[in-house]
Amino acid sequence: MVSDNVIVRVRDMSFYRGERAIYDEVNIDIPQGKITAIMGPSGTGKTTLLRLIGGQLRPDAGVIEVAGKNIARMSRKELFAVRSRMGMLFQSGALFSDLSVFENVAFPLRVHTQLPEDMISDLVLLKLQAVGLRGAAELMPAELSGGMARRVALARAIALDPDIVMYDEPFAGQDPIAMGVVVQLISKLNKALGHTAIIVSHDIQETFSIADYVYVVADGQVLARGTPEELQATDQMQVKQFIQGLPDGPVPFHYPAMSVAEQFS
Amino acid sequence: MKVRTLELSVGVLMLAGIAALLVLAVKVSGLTFAASEPTYKVYARFDNIGGLTSRSKVTIAGVPIGRVTSIQLDPKDFRAKVEMQINQSVNYLSTDSSAMILTSGLLGEKYIGIQVGADDTMLKDGDIIEYTQSALVLEDLIGKFLSSQTKK
Amino acid sequence: MLDWVAGVGRSTLNIFTVLGRSGLTMYQALVAVPDWRVQFPLLVRQLYFVGVLSVIIIVVSALFIGMVLGLQGYTILVDYGSEQAVGQMVALTLTRELAPVVAALLFAGRAGSALTAEIGLMKATEQLASMEMIGVDPLRRIIAPRFWAGFISLPVLVAIFNVVGIWGGSLVSVDWLGVDSGSFWANMQNSVDFADDVINGMIKAVVFGAVVTWIAVFQGYDLVPTSEGISKATTRTVVYSSLAVLGLDFVLTALMFGDF
Ligand SMILES: Nc1ncnc2c1ncn2[C@@H]1O[C@H](COP(=O)(O)OP(=O)(O)OP(=O)(O)O)[C@@H](O)[C@H]1O
Ligand SMILES: [Mg+2]
Repeated sequence: MVSDNVIVRVRDMSFYRGERAIYDEVNIDIPQGKITAIMGPSGTGKTTLLRLIGGQLRPDAGVIEVAGKNIARMSRKELFAVRSRMGMLFQSGALFSDLSVFENVAFPLRVHTQLPEDMISDLVLLKLQAVGLRGAAELMPAELSGGMARRVALARAIALDPDIVMYDEPFAGQDPIAMGVVVQLISKLNKALGHTAIIVSHDIQETFSIADYVYVVADGQVLARGTPEELQATDQMQVKQFIQGLPDGPVPFHYPAMSVAEQFS
Repeated sequence: MKVRTLELSVGVLMLAGIAALLVLAVKVSGLTFAASEPTYKVYARFDNIGGLTSRSKVTIAGVPIGRVTSIQLDPKDFRAKVEMQINQSVNYLSTDSSAMILTSGLLGEKYIGIQVGADDTMLKDGDIIEYTQSALVLEDLIGKFLSSQTKK
Repeated sequence: MLDWVAGVGRSTLNIFTVLGRSGLTMYQALVAVPDWRVQFPLLVRQLYFVGVLSVIIIVVSALFIGMVLGLQGYTILVDYGSEQAVGQMVALTLTRELAPVVAALLFAGRAGSALTAEIGLMKATEQLASMEMIGVDPLRRIIAPRFWAGFISLPVLVAIFNVVGIWGGSLVSVDWLGVDSGSFWANMQNSVDFADDVINGMIKAVVFGAVVTWIAVFQGYDLVPTSEGISKATTRTVVYSSLAVLGLDFVLTALMFGDF
């Protein structure tokens, strides 16, 4: 177990979608100022976990503490105050479709700061520059490609220099160059400003190269935890299979279903 | 620039709404913005009001001088007690004035016509007009006509 | 039989759950001291989309309805030799009933469905969720200005509907069919009372505006975020708000013009 300051503490947390337990009494610690990766098969509930931490979903049992406070017990007002210190990159980007790229990135600055217009403009262009899209400032979200939209969303998520940034699949849909830029960016932000980062990703190489700590979740359980080196050296079959990307093994690739033989008979 | 036209069109819409309301007030409902004249109350009793309603006009020689404000049935003598607001400037209604229920046109609306009498004392707030003539009821008229025909 | 009773019970419960949830949503959206510096530009923007963009359909419909009323009124009244009463008929029908009801129905179809679809799409593309995560309450930022815009717009549109409709009526009866202009307007002014007819009609407009926009924004906010969910919710907005307008119109008419 890491001994650093823990900023997000998940204790005995269970969460259900209907009958199905997405999480079944899991414990997760996110150390402050470190990069923590959450990995696991598609559909296990990684996005769900981020939403639980952000207070958009409430656990059915157990506690989720952010900076020492139970997020499910907060009033609406407290919750919004805490969220202004968080940034989240959505899997879909989720840019505001009626605002330009510039205004999208400026949005958190406008609502949470009283900065003068020229300073906002500088900050926004700086963030866009960091993701390589300064030239796209005046475009509308509908005019962006999927990868570009996600990078704009990344710029928006870090616009306020939040204490905790949650990245849901930051590398998906990026070409190798952009991918490298994003990896650099996340690691630089973490090192320079001490952000806590939570990364959800399927890209083992990139994630392992920057993560300080990795959780592998599947079937509502934490399968493995540890530093990238520890995980790479593990002899736990499931983790090995996942890291090496083998379709057959103890980790089920298929969504729970009746057996193939039964279905096609 | 785009934002400005947007704001401008919203401003125009709001002004158009206010203008429309003004038109409705002045041109459609004939509201005048002169401070409404002070009025005084008089009453009259009728055997039959035959379609008179509150807000019906009260006139002298066809000129409006006030409005009917309420109509009640008097449970003692089963007559209708009509309350009218008369403009303060019309302060020359003598106590022996008479009130009639008239009809504008053959099927038009009912209104009250007042005939000024000759007395020296004038009606004051809360007074009652003693002499009244009820509404012409077509059925009564036809009934009378028929019975006079059969008698012949 | 028992199943049927249980079904009735279940739908009653469902209706009350939805009513409660929508009431709570609106409460959270509207009950707060607004920060005018932020809210006012948002409101103006929505007034444009909800109000200004509905003007054309309102004006055109009002013109035709006024003209039809003038024509029908004339053909009926001319038999009794009282065609000058057509002004009174057109004005009373419009101010009391047709303007608020027809404008509200058109508004539900034009602006209400657009609001539902827009908010629904924002939900489906996680824009509402990402706004929440930025620490901005979408109820205040998205729902509230849209609600107020609808609430303000409909009465304005109804006032315009009235004027255009009456003008259309006068166009047909006075200019084309030759009703005397003086008695047309005099008759109207004598019978239309500003407080009883015009203002009561406007009160209807305010109520309809609130109800239609409420239904529209709540259907958008509460829908299942899929394309099917959006299309269903849009249909629901039009159906529910039309029924609500017609039902409420009866209740309001009974309260305002009925003698009890
Ligand atoms: N709104 C919802 N209603 C019901 N079930 C849901 C809903 N959202 C997600 N789920 C279910 O929860 C499970 C976890 O979803 P989640 O989006 O967290 O997966 P994920 O781990 O992020 O997957 P991916 O890597 O593909 O993004 C999925 O199996 C999905 O079926
Ligand atoms: Mg996901």
